[in-house]
Amino acid sequence: MPNAVNTLGVTGESVPSVGDRLRLVARSVFPFMVVGGIWEIVAWAGVFPHRLFPTLEEVAQTFVHLTFSGVLPHHVVETVLRLLAGFALAGVFGVTVGVLMGRSRRAEDILLPLVSICAPIPGLAYAPLFLLWFGLGDMSAVLLVGFVSAFPVIFNSWTGVKAVKEIWVRSAQSMGADNRRLFRHVILPGALPYILTGLRLGLAQAWRILVAVEMLAAVPWGLGWMIFGSRKFLNTDIMLAGIAVIAIIGLVLEKFAFQKIEDYTVVRWGMVTA
Amino acid sequence: MSDDGQRTRSLIRAFLTLVVAAACYEAAARSGYFAPALLPTIPTVANTLWSMLADGSMIEHAAFTLYRVLFGFALAVAVGIPLGILMARFQRVENFFLPLVSALMPIPSFALVPLFMLWFGIGNLTAILIVFYAATFPMMFNTWSGVRSVNPLWLHAASTMGADEHKLFWKVIIPGASPFIITGMRQAFLRSWIAVVGAEMIAASDWGLGWVIFDAKEFLNTDIMLASLVVIGGIGYVFERLVFGSLERATVLRWGMMRAVKG
Repeated sequence: MPNAVNTLGVTGESVPSVGDRLRLVARSVFPFMVVGGIWEIVAWAGVFPHRLFPTLEEVAQTFVHLTFSGVLPHHVVETVLRLLAGFALAGVFGVTVGVLMGRSRRAEDILLPLVSICAPIPGLAYAPLFLLWFGLGDMSAVLLVGFVSAFPVIFNSWTGVKAVKEIWVRSAQSMGADNRRLFRHVILPGALPYILTGLRLGLAQAWRILVAVEMLAAVPWGLGWMIFGSRKFLNTDIMLAGIAVIAIIGLVLEKFAFQKIEDYTVVRWGMVTA
Repeated sequence: MSDDGQRTRSLIRAFLTLVVAAACYEAAARSGYFAPALLPTIPTVANTLWSMLADGSMIEHAAFTLYRVLFGFALAVAVGIPLGILMARFQRVENFFLPLVSALMPIPSFALVPLFMLWFGIGNLTAILIVFYAATFPMMFNTWSGVRSVNPLWLHAASTMGADEHKLFWKVIIPGASPFIITGMRQAFLRSWIAVVGAEMIAASDWGLGWVIFDAKEFLNTDIMLASLVVIGGIGYVFERLVFGSLERATVLRWGMMRAVKG
C-alpha cells in the first residue's frame, strides 16, 4: 500500500513536468515541421527542377552517406582545425594588443589609427590580396581568419581594460599591489567580461569568414570547399547537407563553448549574472 | 587645458603613426625584395584610384554594389522590423519564429552563396538575397529585444493617461524601442556590407566592388585591388559614421533616450 501511494505521488508530481517539457519540445519542433512540410510539397510538386530542389529525404540520405564514407568528417576536421588555428592567432594577438592599448596611452595613440582604418573594411575584401601575398591554401586561409577576427577582440579588450573601475585600481595600489599583481588580480578579471565578449564575436566572425575563404582559397578539404565544389556538378543535396553541418557547428560553438567558459569565469566571480 | 594638450598630442601621435606606417610600406615596396606587381607603391595605388574615378568605372562599380546593398538592406528592414515587433508583442508569433531564427542565424551568409547561385543565377538577384539574409536577423533580433525592453512603467503610465493601442504603439513603444532598432540597423548594414562583397566575389557578376577585387587578382593588378579596398573602406565608414550617426542624433539622442558617446 505505501508503495502504491508512493508511485502515485511520484507520477502525480512528474506528469506535469514531463507534459510541460513535451509541450516545449513540440512547440519548438512545430515550426520546423511546417517549414519542412512546405519544402517537401514544393520539392514533390516539381515547381523547380528536381536537381536544384531535392527532397529532404535525399538530403538526409546524402548526409548519412557522406558521414559514413568518411568524407564529411574529413571536411569538418580540416575546417575546424583551420578555424582553431586562425582563432588562436586572433585571440593571442588581439588580447595582447587590446590590453596594451588599454593600459598605455602611447600604445593607444600609435595603434588606434591603424586598427580603426583596417577594421571597417569587410574581411573578405582582403582575401584576394592575401591569396596573392601568401599563395593559395592553408597559409592564407588561417592568416586571413586570424587577421579578420582579431579586430573585435582588440576593440573589446581595449574597452574592457579601460572600463575597469578606477577605484578598484586605486584600492589595490594603496593596499600595496605591485604592477604584476595589479594586472593579474584586478585588471585582468575586471576586463574579462569584455574580453570574452570580444572572443565570442571574434569566433563568430572567424567562422563566417572561414567558410567564404575556403571557397576562394582552393583548399583540398573543408566545408566551404565542399559546398562550393558541389556547385559544378549540381549536387544541391551535398550543398544542403554541408549547410546543415555548418549551422550545427556554428550553434555548438556559440552555445556550448562560450557559455561554459563564461559560466566558469565571470559568472562564478559574480562579474555578470548568468 | 591639460585635456586639450593631451588631445593634440594624441592627434599628433596618430598622424605620426600613419606617416610612419605609410613610409614603412613605401620602403618595403621600393626595396625590391618583393615583386612590384604584388606590392605596388602608394603613388601607383593613388594613381590607379584616380584614373578609375576619373573614367567613371570605379563609380559605376560602387553604384552597383550600393544598389545591391541598399535594396537588400531595405528589404531586410521592411521584413525585420515588423517581424521583430510582432514577435515581441505576440507570444504565438514568437513561439513560431524563434526556433527557426535560432537555427538559421548561425549559418554564415557566404555558405548560401553557391546554393543561391544555382537557384537564382548569377547577378543582382543573388547578391540582393544574400544581403537580405545577412541583414534580416540582426534587424529582427534588435527590434525584438528593443520592444521587449520598453519600460513597463511607461506603458502603464500611458494607459492610465488614456492612450489607446494605436497611440501606445506609436508614442511609447516605437520611440522606446528605437535605440535598439537603430543599433540593429547599424549592425545589419555592417553585415550587408560584408555580405555583398563576398557575394560579388563568389557569384561573380560583371560589376561591383567585390568583383573588381576578385577579377584584379587574376591579372595580378594589386594596385586595383588596393584602390578598391580604399573605396570599400571609405563607403563603409561614410555609412557608419555619417548616415547612422546623424540618424541617431536626429532621433534617439534628441529624444534623450541615449547619451552621446564621446569619441
